[in-house]
Amino acid sequence: MLQGHQTWVFKSRPTIIASAAVGGPHEAQGPLADDFDLLHEDIWLGQDSFEKAEKKLQEQACETTIKKANMKKEDIQFLMAGDLMNQTVPSSFAARTLGVPFLGLYGACSTSMEGLALGSLLVDSKFAKNVLVCTSSHNAASEKQYRYPTEYGAQKPPTAQWTVTGSGAALVTNYGDGPKVTTATIGRVIDMGLSDPFNMGAAMAPAAVDTIEAHFRDLKRDPSYYDVIATGDLGRVGHRIAGDLLKKHGLNIPEDIFTDCGILIYREDQPLVFAGGSGCACAATTTFGHFLNRMRKGEIKKILVIATGALLSPMSYQQKESIPSVAHAVSIEL
Amino acid sequence: MEKFLWAFLVGGAICVIGQLLLDGLKLTPAHTTCTLVVIGAILGGLGLYDPLVKFAGAGASVPISSFGNSLVKGALKEFDSTGPIGVLTGIFQITSAGISAAIIFAFMGALIFRPKG
Amino acid sequence: MSDKKKKKLTPPQLEYQEFAQAREPKRPIVSNCIRAFFVGGFICVIGQGIQMFFVTYFHFSQESAGNPTVAVLIILTVLLTGFGVFDHIAQWAGAGTIIPVTGFANTMASAAIDHQSEGYVLGVGGNMFKLAGPVIVFGVFSAFVVSIVIIILRALGVM
Repeated sequence: MLQGHQTWVFKSRPTIIASAAVGGPHEAQGPLADDFDLLHEDIWLGQDSFEKAEKKLQEQACETTIKKANMKKEDIQFLMAGDLMNQTVPSSFAARTLGVPFLGLYGACSTSMEGLALGSLLVDSKFAKNVLVCTSSHNAASEKQYRYPTEYGAQKPPTAQWTVTGSGAALVTNYGDGPKVTTATIGRVIDMGLSDPFNMGAAMAPAAVDTIEAHFRDLKRDPSYYDVIATGDLGRVGHRIAGDLLKKHGLNIPEDIFTDCGILIYREDQPLVFAGGSGCACAATTTFGHFLNRMRKGEIKKILVIATGALLSPMSYQQKESIPSVAHAVSIEL
Repeated sequence: MEKFLWAFLVGGAICVIGQLLLDGLKLTPAHTTCTLVVIGAILGGLGLYDPLVKFAGAGASVPISSFGNSLVKGALKEFDSTGPIGVLTGIFQITSAGISAAIIFAFMGALIFRPKG
Repeated sequence: MSDKKKKKLTPPQLEYQEFAQAREPKRPIVSNCIRAFFVGGFICVIGQGIQMFFVTYFHFSQESAGNPTVAVLIILTVLLTGFGVFDHIAQWAGAGTIIPVTGFANTMASAAIDHQSEGYVLGVGGNMFKLAGPVIVFGVFSAFVVSIVIIILRALGVM
């Protein structure tokens, strides 16, 4: 049901009965490597293009999740998936393989929480018994599309981020044991006029702040309610800006619970990471792998994940448009 | 030996100008190289780039600015020998080797290599 | 250009941009320039060496030796790009690798190699000039304009 202006409260508390995270070599060297179900040695996955490899990542995340739930493809009612590629091709082609009724999504790097929110909505409103939510990103494929060819020698500034090569999937159902999706706040598109595609963090921070404020306002909740509040991929630069902006607006989130998936997924000394991880798979693998694992172990009980997406395209940038962003927040509790 | 020193200093200086365009004016690499090519063309037209090449050797002929200079030189040379049409027929004369080599070897690269990501 | 943009931004947007800029790591301009200087200079020294090699052993003239020199640098760049090494050197060297002809060769080699997955005709052929196109287009057009201007000035007796 609707609470406040833009927040859904899922009274039936849909359960995430299984989830999976798949990653590549860069993720394998990061601190969250143990929370991945599958890690690849290279970014090709035996395919002959990066785009086909990304499709494979989604297939693997979905199939692993279905297996962990002791179900079969045929038991899944709906698949909601999206990615960064033009026309969300990896998601559509993975859906072709899985053969599940499919709803394609686009929220850039906020797709994971957009999917989780919508999937939980379907289950809570009894329009589905189960929904598989998936998203992916591929470093080389997105560099090729959004920025430069992968072997191009441009010098990235310190605000740049490294797109995660990976995929995260979660199965939301109306039965079973597991962390429960309790609320979701849908974000507005915010544009503060920034236009540097090598500084996504600063462009997305205002959207994250807007959604976070809306969440606590709609639910009349205090940030200390949660054990972890994590933004999707603001990175070190955007996360700091968001934290300061929230303080400026009078919303105080304790430093020890406020974190960012882009900061967690890579070590600071990993090459080429700069300000941190980004991409749809950043929030997806960190949440559906690391955070859910910690919840299943009982280490944390209530989390709020605010996935942030930069809604630019290579053409919008060339046409001198700025970068609008959106952020969706989902709370998961035991 | 002196030739090497000047090649180093002038070549390095032109690259520093490029770096300032990249970091200071926040231009993209494409905008930066275009700017330097156009500057090379203008200096070439004014007859100022060739003395730099004589003096600094590869320090002036290796940076992309010399591409602009060569285009202008080629055009004017052909104009002098065959008239106005020479501007069109001569533009690529001097730079033909560089562009052809780039196309041929880039294509061969695509035949042999896969991107590493 | 930035002024034109700033006029279209609202006060909250301007305020936020200043807020964000104050919290961003600045580009290390000085160390970038130093590295660009050394790597760019070094590449030109290599070019000078190759040029002298062609003059001495292959009897090219000082002027015409420029051509095979550029060709050798292009081949080296394609190899380094293909082996996945050039982009790492370039991240460190910045303009030091972009400005010499190595940058031009890298734009073409990297685009060609990346788009091989779309086939040789549309992929490699169609995308090879994706990043090198601007340099050629603007080089040729500015050379055209400059040539016309010089020709007119000469005809007028000014030059």
